[in-house]
Amino acid sequence: MRPGLFSVFNRIGAWVLLLFLVTPALIAIPVSLTPKRFLSMPSGEYSLRHFEKLFTSPEWLSSFFQSAVIAVSTSALATILGTLCAIGLWRVSSRYSELVRAFLLLPLIIPQIISAMAFYRLWIPLGLLDSYAGLILAHTILAAPMVLITVSASLATFDPKLEQASKNLGASNATTLRRVILPSIKPGVFAGALFAFILSWDEIVVTLFISKFSVYTLPRRMWNGIRENTDPTVAAAAVVLIAITLIAFVVFAILSRRNAKTRAS
Amino acid sequence: MQALRKHIHPGWLIIAPLLVLVMALYLGPILNILWLSVTDPEPGFGNYAKLGENDVLVRIIWTTVRICLITTLFSVTLGYSIAYAMVHCYQRQKNYMLTLLLVSFWISILVRTFSWLMLLGRRGLVNVALEDIGLIAEPIAFMRNELGVLIGMIHYMIPYAVLPLLVSMEALDKRVMEASRNLGASGAQTFWRIYLPLTMPGLVAATLLVFILSLGFYVTPAVLGGGKVLMVAEYISVQLLVTLQWGTAAMLAALMLFGVLAMLWIMSRFMKLSTVFGGSAR
Repeated sequence: MRPGLFSVFNRIGAWVLLLFLVTPALIAIPVSLTPKRFLSMPSGEYSLRHFEKLFTSPEWLSSFFQSAVIAVSTSALATILGTLCAIGLWRVSSRYSELVRAFLLLPLIIPQIISAMAFYRLWIPLGLLDSYAGLILAHTILAAPMVLITVSASLATFDPKLEQASKNLGASNATTLRRVILPSIKPGVFAGALFAFILSWDEIVVTLFISKFSVYTLPRRMWNGIRENTDPTVAAAAVVLIAITLIAFVVFAILSRRNAKTRAS
Repeated sequence: MQALRKHIHPGWLIIAPLLVLVMALYLGPILNILWLSVTDPEPGFGNYAKLGENDVLVRIIWTTVRICLITTLFSVTLGYSIAYAMVHCYQRQKNYMLTLLLVSFWISILVRTFSWLMLLGRRGLVNVALEDIGLIAEPIAFMRNELGVLIGMIHYMIPYAVLPLLVSMEALDKRVMEASRNLGASGAQTFWRIYLPLTMPGLVAATLLVFILSLGFYVTPAVLGGGKVLMVAEYISVQLLVTLQWGTAAMLAALMLFGVLAMLWIMSRFMKLSTVFGGSAR
């Protein structure tokens, strides 16, 4: 069937919209190259001084470092807890387990401001405010549902007969988990780990509430920069973040392509 | 132990760590906040009664609901158009479209908000460009008002609207539309009377998802609204971090929470919730 006039218009419109989604972020690139000391578009002259400042200032470097530590720990913790939980729910598979699954997905959908409030409220008496442990725990609770989703999606295509076969051949539960189940759901686990990393690396609302001085993540420093709205170092940081996003995206695309290939063969 | 094993599936053992963590560190304090909304500063429904007395609160809630409704309307309509185009084109083109969509999905909210700040300000790129080509004499106020908040929020929400719509459109049986055309219906008739009703579950899911996510939005309104557009999330943060009034904040959070849960319940009537989140619950 030949696409109608409407379809053609709609397709052009869709392309325009998609470009509208991506291009505004690119403005950070020229702004980061301005030779001036304040946020401005460069006119003819370009300079890398703001990148130099970004990579030599102790504040920004420590924020990069702190964010990396928190995001890696969050990703590891959320992946372990989320994967185990997904496998457990898959094994149990009853009415109750579906209820538990729905409950565990709540942190993803409940507005972040409410999550922030909840953590703030509890972290005060626990003494976890403004600490690595506090941020990692909070981010883990927000990120684990992501892992739960990706691993569950992988498990949905896993043939339960393989598990049965492994047990019939005399493998224990733990061996079956390690040698049979985990290898087949690896793509889901990796995807979950990546999502958890990004969620934590990017998280600002909860972080604003539960960190103050001693822990100052990258989003937190960017937030301050955006609010002050003067220092072009923020633009340089934005460019670095876009680059990291693109790299993560390519990694993810390669992973999912490999996944599709193994599934097809 | 044996008796226990009979009744409790061993799978619960590996579910427990996450479940306990979420219950203790997440559900607990949320229930505590609900409790605070009726006990702080004094027991009773005083906090809720403020809604009737305090014009500021009512205005903030109304602003939030209005902005969320407009955001949802635009995001879902534009998202529908994108999803429709993606389903009805060649695989190669579709892959490019999907890449653009996902890249925008992944770019940090802070980066995007910063970009809008650069683009929409009085001396921002948009105003400068419009002045240079002589379209306007005075800079347009794109920021520090609802327009700026809406631009930023719609821009952020469109991918969230597209994904559920895409799922529901791809699941459609194309032969139904062909049958409709063969029976003599025009393209427009087929769209309005067959295609649109069949994609209704996806449409409902996208609408509710975007609305829920918009409700608690903090970053974009705070930056692009520039203090002129006060929404519930920002008001809560001011109450907690500046004026230290837990009661009012807890009341607003409780309202928001019940709203979100009610919408999730409506959503679950239309489709399995897990499919909205991209996972499958088998």
